[in-house]
Amino acid sequence: MTLQTMLLVAAALFSVGLYGAISQQVVVMVMMGLELMLNGVILAAAAFWWFLSPTPDGQVLLLVVITAMTVEMAMGFAVATLLHRSRQSDMTDMATDLSR
Amino acid sequence: MLTGIVFWVLAVIAVATGVAVFRVDSMARATYALAASFIAVGLVLLLVDLEFLGVITVLMMTMEMAVMGIYMIMFMGMNPALMPMDMVHGKRPALAVAIGTFVVLAAGALLIPWPTRRGAPAADLVTSLGEAVMESKMLVMMTVSPVLFATIVAALVLALPKGRYDRLGDDLRGTDMRAGKAPR
Repeated sequence: MTLQTMLLVAAALFSVGLYGAISQQVVVMVMMGLELMLNGVILAAAAFWWFLSPTPDGQVLLLVVITAMTVEMAMGFAVATLLHRSRQSDMTDMATDLSR
Repeated sequence: MLTGIVFWVLAVIAVATGVAVFRVDSMARATYALAASFIAVGLVLLLVDLEFLGVITVLMMTMEMAVMGIYMIMFMGMNPALMPMDMVHGKRPALAVAIGTFVVLAAGALLIPWPTRRGAPAADLVTSLGEAVMESKMLVMMTVSPVLFATIVAALVLALPKGRYDRLGDDLRGTDMRAGKAPR
């Protein structure tokens, strides 16, 4: 277990999540892609913390990343609920007007 | 040696289940796969002595995936959430972007001359995190707190059924059904 190997695994998780976030049509599946990307970020941050500078600052950074994941999840569920109620749909293609 | 073997087993599980999220034929299975990926990463955190963060990652993600499963069944009905599905768009461009991102990140990880480790971890990492949160990094936590509160308010505003968009329509020009009069 080295810094490089942990970063490689983190890169793989981030890339798989990116594929899902770009390609999926269902809002909940897009959220899953984003979660997977943050999973990779958590692993990379832990690797940097352990192999480069094992100070409490790195742990606080990880705590902030986990908080960001919570916020993303809560807002994603709220938007999915709103979309489903107003349009009877949970597909991103049905909500392209939100980007205007 | 043993740590290395455990790490590689967990790494393979994390990536394989991560890929499975977008390969399995139902959203319910995808949720389980994502939960497994998070649990594997949480266990890797335990390998590098991040006991507190590893445990909260496992606990939080297990509950989060349970909530996600409920959402899928709620929005799609029990059967569609468990039945085969393939709802994707732009599969090839997305695959190209993902592979390109992996190549760039992997090249960075392997080619950058990373510095050597500075300092040593504290004897009790959980205590050191608690002290950092309550002392030198208190401003970070004081910033996170209102963000979480704002998230609760914003999520409730969006998710509550009787907002002005429900009463007046997407363009806010409809008749106010509750008050029985047209908006100004």
